[in-house]
Amino acid sequence: MKLLMPVLALCVLVLFGVSLVLGPADVPVGDSLTALVSDDYGPLTLVMREIRLPRALLAIVIGGGLGMAGAAMQGYLRNPLAEPGLIGVSGSAALGAVLALHTGLAASSVFGLPAAALAGAVIGVGLVMLLAGPRGGSLTLILAGIAISAFAGALTSLVLNLSPNPFAANEIVFWMMGSLADRSMLHLWLALPFVAAGAALMALTARGLDALTLGEDAAETMGINLRELRLMLVIGTAAIVGGGTAVAGAIGFVGLVVPHILRPLVQGSPSRLLFASALGGAVMLQLADISVRLILPARDLKLGVITALIGAPLFLHLIYKTRKEQP
Amino acid sequence: MTTLVLDNLGVRLRGRVVFDAVSLRAQPGELIGLIGPNGAGKTSLMRAALGLIPCTGQSSLADLAPRARARAVAWMPQSREIAWPVPVERLVALGRLPHLPAGRSIPAADQAHIDRAISRLGLDRLRHRAASRLSGGEQARALIARALAQDTPILMADEPIAGLDPVHQISTMSLFRDLADDGHTVMVSIHDLGLAARHCTRIILLAEGGVMADGPPREVLSPARMARAFGISVWHEDTDHGPVFQPLDVVS
Repeated sequence: MKLLMPVLALCVLVLFGVSLVLGPADVPVGDSLTALVSDDYGPLTLVMREIRLPRALLAIVIGGGLGMAGAAMQGYLRNPLAEPGLIGVSGSAALGAVLALHTGLAASSVFGLPAAALAGAVIGVGLVMLLAGPRGGSLTLILAGIAISAFAGALTSLVLNLSPNPFAANEIVFWMMGSLADRSMLHLWLALPFVAAGAALMALTARGLDALTLGEDAAETMGINLRELRLMLVIGTAAIVGGGTAVAGAIGFVGLVVPHILRPLVQGSPSRLLFASALGGAVMLQLADISVRLILPARDLKLGVITALIGAPLFLHLIYKTRKEQP
Repeated sequence: MTTLVLDNLGVRLRGRVVFDAVSLRAQPGELIGLIGPNGAGKTSLMRAALGLIPCTGQSSLADLAPRARARAVAWMPQSREIAWPVPVERLVALGRLPHLPAGRSIPAADQAHIDRAISRLGLDRLRHRAASRLSGGEQARALIARALAQDTPILMADEPIAGLDPVHQISTMSLFRDLADDGHTVMVSIHDLGLAARHCTRIILLAEGGVMADGPPREVLSPARMARAFGISVWHEDTDHGPVFQPLDVVS
C-alpha cells in the first residue's frame, strides 16, 4: 500500500511524457523533447510549448482536481455514488458557457467563454448554498444540488432549443462533450489558480472526512466543525469544477470512477483517498486524452465521450460487486 | 477537570416539548444508566448535553469549544455508522483525532491508547479486518473501542449494548463500570433494566417530560415507579448473586 502514491506519481509522469510526444505532427520523440527545452523559437518548439505542453498540463491539472473533488464529495456524503457534479456546479458552469456560445460572447474574446462558465459556476454554487441553508446536513445539500442541476439543464436545453441554426447548436453540443484540444497556455493559467485553490481547500477537509466515517454526530463530537467542512467542500468543488469546465467543457465520470477504483487500495481511508484520487484523476484524464488522439486522430473525438465510455462499464462492475455482497 | 453539569435543560422538537427542566451533576466514578420509555428523550437529552441540538438551559459540555469538548467527552451515537471498509485498527485510531496535530503518522503514545482500546474490547483478532464488513455486534465493539481511544474523562453512549450477545453485553457493562471505578464519568442509555440494575451506580429515569427519578438502582427501579413509567410489573431483589431485576408483566 505504501507503493500506491509513488506508482501513481510515476504513471502521471510517464503519461505526461507520452502526451508530449504524441500529435499529428510526426516528429521523432527525441526531437520533440529537445524542441521543448530549446530556445530556437522554431516551429517545433512552438508546437511543443503552445499546443502539446498546455494540453498535457491541463489533463493533469483538471484530472487531478476532478479526482480529488470526487473523493472529497464521496467522503463527505459517505456515498460511493456521489460525484463533484452533484452540487450543480458542472451544470451551471455549462449553462454559462452555452450562453456565451449562443450570444457570440465566446467568439468575441478568448476569455469570453471561460469567464461566462466561471460566472455560471459562481452563481450556481451561490444558489446551492442559499438553498441548502447555513446549518442543514448533507441531505439538503444534495437536494439543492439536484434542483440547481435540473434547472441549469433545463435552461441549457432552452438555449439549444432557441439556437438560431443547426451549426450553433452543433457547436454547443460539441463543447459540452469536453475536450482539451487546441488549448493554449492562457487556458492553463486561467484554470490553474481555481483548481489549485480548490485543491488546497480539499486538502484541509482530509481530517474531517476521516472523522465523518463515523457519521455526522460522532464527527462533530470529535471536534470537527461540520459547517466549516461543508463550506470548504462546496467552495473547493466549485473552484475545481468551475475552473475545469471553463476551459475543457463538461468532463464527467472522472470524479466518480477514480475514487471508486482506488478506495480498496487505500483501505477505505477517506483522507488517503483524497490524495490518491488527485493522482488517479490525473492518470485517468491523461489516458483519456491520449486515447482521443490515438483512436480517431482525424475525427476530433471528444474527451467526455471517452471518460463516459470508460466510466459506464465500471458501474457494471459496481453492480456485480454489490450483488455479490448481498446474501 | 470537566464535569457534566446540566442546569434546567429542555428540548423541543418540532414544537413538542420532549423534556423540560432537567438538572443534574454527574461525578467522576459514576456509571449512570439513562432509562425511560421510547420517546422519553434519552437520546435528545444526551445530544443536547453535548451541544449537538438546540436546547434551553445550560450544559457544561455544550459550552465548551469544539476541540476542548472533544477532549472532555467521547460520544457513541446510537446509529452505528461505519461508512467505509477501513480496518478496525484505523477505525479505533480515529478516536485519537482530537489529540493529534494535523499529520499522517500516529505517535507511539497515541498508538498505545489505540492498542489498549482494541484489546479491552477483545478485538485483537479482528484488528486488520474491514470494520464495515464485521457483524453488528463486532461493529458495536469496534465503535466502543473508538470512543475509548478518545481517552476522555467523560464517556456518553446511546444504547451501546443493544444488539450484543449476552457475553458482550455483560462484559461491556463491566468495562463501563471499570472505567467509572477508574474515575471516569460514564453515561449510557439502556433498555435492559436487569443489566442496569446490576452494573450502574446511578439510574436516571426519564419519563413524563422530565426526570422522574434519579438515584441508586435500588431506589429508582422500584415496582411503583416501573409501573408508572413503563406500565410493567417487576421483580427486584438483592440475592446472593447481587441485585436481580426482572420485568414480569404489562400492567394496565
